Amino acid sequence: MKLLRMISRDFRDAVKSVFRNISLSMASLSCIVITLILVALAIITSYNINNFSKNIKNDFTIVVFLENEIDQEGISEVKTKIVENKNIEEYTFQGKQDIAKEMMESSNIYKNIMETWSEEDNPLKDTFVIKVKDIDKITKTAQDIEKISGVYSVNYGEGIIEKFLKIFKMIEKALIIVVVLFVLITMLLITNTIKLTIFARKREIEIMRLVGASNFNIELPFIFEGFILGFFGSILPVITIIYGYTYLFDNFDGQIFSPFIKLVEPTPFVYAIALIILSLGIFVGMFSSFRAVKKYLKV
Amino acid sequence: MELISIKGVNKRYKNGVTALCNVNLSIKTGDFVFVIGASGSGKSTLIKLLHREEKPDSGKIILGGINVSKLRNRKVYKLRRKLGIVFQDYKLLPKLTVFENVAFALEIFGLPKNEVRQKTIKAIELVGLKNKAKQFPNHLSGGEQQRVAIARAIVNEPKLLLCDEPTGNLDPEISLEIVKVLETINKNGTTVIMATHDKEIVDSMKKRVVVIEDGKLEGDYKEGTYKNEIA
Repeated sequence: MKLLRMISRDFRDAVKSVFRNISLSMASLSCIVITLILVALAIITSYNINNFSKNIKNDFTIVVFLENEIDQEGISEVKTKIVENKNIEEYTFQGKQDIAKEMMESSNIYKNIMETWSEEDNPLKDTFVIKVKDIDKITKTAQDIEKISGVYSVNYGEGIIEKFLKIFKMIEKALIIVVVLFVLITMLLITNTIKLTIFARKREIEIMRLVGASNFNIELPFIFEGFILGFFGSILPVITIIYGYTYLFDNFDGQIFSPFIKLVEPTPFVYAIALIILSLGIFVGMFSSFRAVKKYLKV
Repeated sequence: MELISIKGVNKRYKNGVTALCNVNLSIKTGDFVFVIGASGSGKSTLIKLLHREEKPDSGKIILGGINVSKLRNRKVYKLRRKLGIVFQDYKLLPKLTVFENVAFALEIFGLPKNEVRQKTIKAIELVGLKNKAKQFPNHLSGGEQQRVAIARAIVNEPKLLLCDEPTGNLDPEISLEIVKVLETINKNGTTVIMATHDKEIVDSMKKRVVVIEDGKLEGDYKEGTYKNEIA
């Protein structure tokens, strides 16, 4: 009971203090709002990029074309060499007759042309379709396979996907840097706000010490003030994220530019992010005021 | 019963000034002690050592069972809760009323509202400011403000009341009123230590007088007057 009364008193003090330094509180609040929105954007972007990368990694393959003159023995030799490569997830063999059949089934034009081919003058090549374990090493793997005798050529998108992934990774890194920067600026601002509160209440603190308030007693209102700033600062970002992302998802039918790039489903994704944002806001608020208390409230 | 025991205490400030030199003093529960001496003699330092605003360089101070000289910063509040302190400049909060200023000393500990109210009213009555409870400190005279400060110091029912020149800013007549209030508190069982250089007060009260000069204890008289020092 005693502790509860003490805490409620300290909380009241903290609220009062937020309004007493309203201009500085507003500065801190806006900074928290901007930071948290940025953090949310960064998380959403990087999560979506990850999701997208995973999807294309699943779809992405190396197609190995074999020499025209290769015989059954040659094919199995190539196969053993492909299996030796450590980056191979799985592979499937498609003979040139199978491919021709597939193509003829897919379109009548193909059918008319290809029907005239005999088995000998089928100009298509036998192929292996390979899935790799690590998409980042796909170029190296493709080059290794190309060296195998009996292989005519390989096709793996010539690094376009790699370049894509590299750009995505750079965007992610840039986002992280911006976020860290903003978190630091916010912390400084909150620390400064609390510092001013401490100075404004210097006399009160002095008297509290004289009449026997413990350090905990004196420090608690300031920690609460940081908590309040963090909590209220995260409300707007949370609302923005929940409604903004859901709206975006619905409006774009869950994809950007093409069906190729799919967005992550909003539920429960946005709620998880909202929770992260709220906890981050509160943590940054309380941690910053804790810093201010340790630095400016000499005990 | 011995409330305060000071043994071989030395205090030297960082700027090189020696404030106290080998001070030994014993004060019993229920005593009323004047600590007198010229400005800069070290009487304020003695008071500061007692409420652990300053630490002695050497020597031992025991106050109500607490070893004050070895008390850690984090634990100082335990000592402060056992004593009340009154300063020359009152140290009141201007935005709070008289009642709120006194209640402040109780509220920060989370006492129930009823208890806070009762104790606060009792303290304000004791210093004779019952009809001014709702006024702000700026609307009070210096003597009244000091009485508010005294009320705040005793509202916690401390064993010891430390007063550092409480009448320094006040007219002689008002000063005497303040000391009468302190005497009443003392009669209720609280030990009072008052640092002062107010000759008239000391002479009129006929209480124990401790004389400090240049940081040394120069005299300790049971029913002393200021003349003891001069003689």
